[in-house]
Amino acid sequence: MTFQKLLVNFNYVVAATLFLIGLYCVMVKSNLIKKFMGLNIMETSVFLLVVSTGWVRGGKAPIMVGVSEKASFVNPLPQALILTGIVVAVSTTALALALMIKIYERCGTLDAEKLKGME
Amino acid sequence: MSIVRHFPILVVVVPLAGAAFTPLLALWRKKACMLFATAVILLTTVISGFLMVRVLIDGPVSYHLGGWPPPWGIEIFLDQLSAGAFVIASLSLLIIIFSKRYVEKALEENKIPVYYTLVVLNVAGMIGFVVTGDMFNLFVFMEILSLSAYALVAIGGEKIAEMASFKYLLMGAISSLCILLSIALLYSVLGTLNMRDMAVRLQELSSLTVPGVALALFMVSFFVKAAVFPLHVWLPDAHAIAPSPISAILSGLVVKTGIVGILRVLSIYRIYGGLFDLASLNFILSWVGAISIIIGAFFAFFQNDIKMMLAYSTISNIGYIILGIGLASTNGLIGSIVHVFNHALIKVTLFLCAGAIIHKTGHRNLSELRGIGRRMPLTMAAMSIGILSIVGIPPTNGFVCKWYIVLGAIQARKFFFAATLLIGALLILGYYAKIINIAYFREPEEEVTYDEAPFSMLIPIGILAASCLLLGIFAFYPLKFIRPFAEELLRPWGP
Repeated sequence: MTFQKLLVNFNYVVAATLFLIGLYCVMVKSNLIKKFMGLNIMETSVFLLVVSTGWVRGGKAPIMVGVSEKASFVNPLPQALILTGIVVAVSTTALALALMIKIYERCGTLDAEKLKGME
Repeated sequence: MSIVRHFPILVVVVPLAGAAFTPLLALWRKKACMLFATAVILLTTVISGFLMVRVLIDGPVSYHLGGWPPPWGIEIFLDQLSAGAFVIASLSLLIIIFSKRYVEKALEENKIPVYYTLVVLNVAGMIGFVVTGDMFNLFVFMEILSLSAYALVAIGGEKIAEMASFKYLLMGAISSLCILLSIALLYSVLGTLNMRDMAVRLQELSSLTVPGVALALFMVSFFVKAAVFPLHVWLPDAHAIAPSPISAILSGLVVKTGIVGILRVLSIYRIYGGLFDLASLNFILSWVGAISIIIGAFFAFFQNDIKMMLAYSTISNIGYIILGIGLASTNGLIGSIVHVFNHALIKVTLFLCAGAIIHKTGHRNLSELRGIGRRMPLTMAAMSIGILSIVGIPPTNGFVCKWYIVLGAIQARKFFFAATLLIGALLILGYYAKIINIAYFREPEEEVTYDEAPFSMLIPIGILAASCLLLGIFAFYPLKFIRPFAEELLRPWGP
């Protein structure tokens, strides 16, 4: 029974796993680019979770044709939210990569342990 | 007039559009950017001042974006806390006027238009953050203000500026992500994003597991934004390394958005007497606040860099605010919220004075600032008023709110915290006395002559110091203004 429950909510399980993988990268990896890739994985997992909440099994795209439509619809709001979320994630990544280029130019390394010594 | 009806959205749109047009203007004429940014923020200040008066007279104002009514459309909801928009706009106006001469010296010429663009964008994000009534909107504005803040930390290009900015970005991005996650969790069980609607639907919920997880994530994430101990590690470097006007914006205003976020979340959960019994959250808030006060003051005591000292002092003052919220008594809450505004004013004063000193002398270590009281008497006079305010000596504005927080602790029968507040005030007095001592009473190594900062710096500093005193003497008005909000927050849920 539990196994079946897991299978039905497969996307939530994947989201949680991805979140933890990303968190591991952020905390353990010492290369700044790898750290940030971990953050991107975490972001992806949250996006997956949000889109999953709006999904309805067998649901259609929410385009109303006529009033007497009885079929169930997929909630479009989480998708719209996540589009905004992706834009935010992209701009954060762009800024972080620009900062990393500057750090590399100045210090010649992206290793967090070595950078700590240079401060 | 029909335009007046749209003021609640114009207060966000004007700076947002201003930020978009500043780089375009820079293509034509670089010098015009400063004037344009000043004009944009001035217009925003006028609009937000008008809105504040309207809230004062009529009470909270609700504005529906695009004419869609609230549970479906995005709502702009102006309550007493949203009056922060006026504080943000007016303080940024003074900061922009101050930065004209400062950035000419501190930044390379091609960075100056970028600087003004980012400042105006940051202001747009902060104002949007305090006026919105929609949870996802809150997240978007938070990202606008955070991203511009990360970039502003790095703009000075000093030795570790990029590293400080990266540290800030990494912690900030993770906390933003957790806020998005908790918004998603709340949305999945409540099916709405409007804050007031969320508060209603939360009371009808039978299982509280998901909202509980969301609340924990919200709190921890906003602790990062507000730099509450032990999540403050990004703050000292980022605030000390940024150009001084930016330090003023970051320390005075950006950090406060974390507190506003906490208050907004609390207004959804109705913690003090709603369905949740979250005495344990208040317990955590008050302890974390008390520890922040002591730790911040302790580290500030051993700093030699004047801006580093001010940065640690911010941590300690955020501790006061968090402790006041955690006390869950009317007086404590009123004191906390008024301290959000008053500390913004005081910290901006202090950072701008420090900026004027750094601009004129090029020194930022306390030991090199001997005799500064004779060299720059006006700046130091303003700084002394700021110092008296932040320590909380009457009749300055810092006294009133700290007094109210202590009253709140006594009202809640938590005498230990009242004692912590007083000890914290003594520690703060200790390290600020160091600045006064060095500026006025230590003999300088070489002869000092009168050499005051330019007028475009002195005027904002003078206005700020005067308002520190005025808001101390007329302290009754902000307290009275914020009282309805605090009472609404403490009111148990139900008709």
